[in-house]
Amino acid sequence: MRKSRLPMVLLGVGLAFLYLPIVLLVVYSFNDNRSLTVWTGFSLRWYHELLADSQMLEAAWLSLRIAFATACGAVVLGTLAGLMLARFGAFRGRALFAGMISAPLVMPEVIMGLALLLLFVSAEQLVGWPAGRGVLTIILAHITFTMSFVAVVIQSRLVSMDVSLEEAAMDLGARPAKVFFVITLPIIAPAIVSGWLLAFTLSLDDLVITSFVSGPGSTTLPMIVFSSIRLGLKPEINALATIVVAVVATGIALAGFLEARRARIREREESQAGRV
Amino acid sequence: MPAQDPSQSSPVPAGAAAGLPPVAPRTLKDRVLGVTRRLGLTGRGGVILGPYAWLVLFFFIPFLIVLKISVAEPAVGIPPFTKLVEWVDGGLDLHIRFSGFQALFDDDLYLLAYLNSLKIAFVSTLCCLVIGYPMAYAIATAPEKRRGPLLMLIILPFWTSFLIRVYAWMSILKDEGLLNNLLMGLGLIHEPLKILYSDLAVYIGITYSYLPFMILPLYATLEKMDHTLLEAAADLGARPWKSFLTITLPLSLPGIVAGSLLVFIPAVGEFVIPSLLGGSDTLMIGRELWNLFFNSRDWPSASAVAIALLAFLVGPIMIFQHFQGRDQDKGAA
Repeated sequence: MRKSRLPMVLLGVGLAFLYLPIVLLVVYSFNDNRSLTVWTGFSLRWYHELLADSQMLEAAWLSLRIAFATACGAVVLGTLAGLMLARFGAFRGRALFAGMISAPLVMPEVIMGLALLLLFVSAEQLVGWPAGRGVLTIILAHITFTMSFVAVVIQSRLVSMDVSLEEAAMDLGARPAKVFFVITLPIIAPAIVSGWLLAFTLSLDDLVITSFVSGPGSTTLPMIVFSSIRLGLKPEINALATIVVAVVATGIALAGFLEARRARIREREESQAGRV
Repeated sequence: MPAQDPSQSSPVPAGAAAGLPPVAPRTLKDRVLGVTRRLGLTGRGGVILGPYAWLVLFFFIPFLIVLKISVAEPAVGIPPFTKLVEWVDGGLDLHIRFSGFQALFDDDLYLLAYLNSLKIAFVSTLCCLVIGYPMAYAIATAPEKRRGPLLMLIILPFWTSFLIRVYAWMSILKDEGLLNNLLMGLGLIHEPLKILYSDLAVYIGITYSYLPFMILPLYATLEKMDHTLLEAAADLGARPWKSFLTITLPLSLPGIVAGSLLVFIPAVGEFVIPSLLGGSDTLMIGRELWNLFFNSRDWPSASAVAIALLAFLVGPIMIFQHFQGRDQDKGAA
């Protein structure tokens, strides 16, 4: 059967569509011109301006701290949720739980943001907590929507994982908690790491939900970026974008390198095991 | 087999010498376990309690509050909402809320915004499908070694900021932007196309931003497909296009549905893309909700818009969860 080349060509075109805007942003971040369309010469002035923008830097630092706390909370709750869905069989209220965990994957953010804000306002009036909106309410809201993504990552890893190791450990008398920490957790560790990173990125990037639940003094980076580009183009943002792309690319390259090395080691071990 | 008997591990049980049955010394841990077990709190139950309680508190209850605020009755002397009542207008709260909900049906603005959102989301989803399907297909049929890196390339833009990717299109689409410069340089057009701040820019922005969400589920179903079916069809003389239409396409239907819903549902309520790329006449309901909340400070009406939007989306969300649940049930079995 002759394979058609058409899909490969279309894949190339599609990838160009995905990457061209990002490449253009990076290239024009080094342009010595405000217009963003005419190349007038290489310059780092937008980086200097970005680094001199204390409001932007403060917001970036706040966003990073929120993303860190969110990722840690979401990874615990999301892993437990993934475990419940993949291993706990039918427990009471499973259908409701499955619905609640997968709905945030598609729920429009304006709805989630409004709902969470009304919850925080009502809770404050009812029990006095959380007092006002700020970093705490942002983190709580972020954990709520990112834990679903973590749960999906963990659950799909658990479903594809070989359960015979867990069964063997249980047959030998290990308690469920011990099985989880000694057998399951090391095996799904890479999925937990990618879940953490996913939650971190989603939190760092969120604008809509954050805008609803934030308060005075808790302006995050996306909020600053949004309000500045809403009025038109700003070359500083290109410099910011380039830094984000560089960090992400480095991280992915590192992950790819580590993964390739792991695969090589595994291969070698397997070939040695085969020889015995 | 019961778990290890605690008495076996203690050196000399108290009653052993007297020939009595060994009595396990009750440690604090045993006592705590005993109490929790009597309360029905096993380790398993404890694990379930955490995420369950979180989601009920931060996901389920908030929707009840939105519902309540959007259709509140005059008897709302309940403390939680008194402050919200102040937000509205003193004693007129009932009347305003009621009319706020009613406005959705009376005011053309909201109806048009709903319909336009559905249209934009639907067309963008189709664009994602048309662009994404061949891409997913190409990755799924690529040599196994190349699939991982190719998939990585699809996911990678997702890790860079969504806001920044939308911003990139602003500089491409604007009047003296790169696209217009290119087209004019080629002599294809003589005056710049007004794309930025129009519906067209919103279509482009949504298609671009949500494309990876379409490709990933499509790839997952195409990759699992049994390729011997295609070989059998080819052996029997089917042309590639015919075997694609009669075998591949129907078998990838779950991926098509999942991917389309993953794009369509959030796109209906999209706020960022229409407000950055759309014109002032680009009506989308997510934007109206935002304006009601942040500009008009009319929380009850914003809640009413949210409830109406949710009512639109409950069907698609349930279908999405049905497909999502098929994987979950595999785990439960």
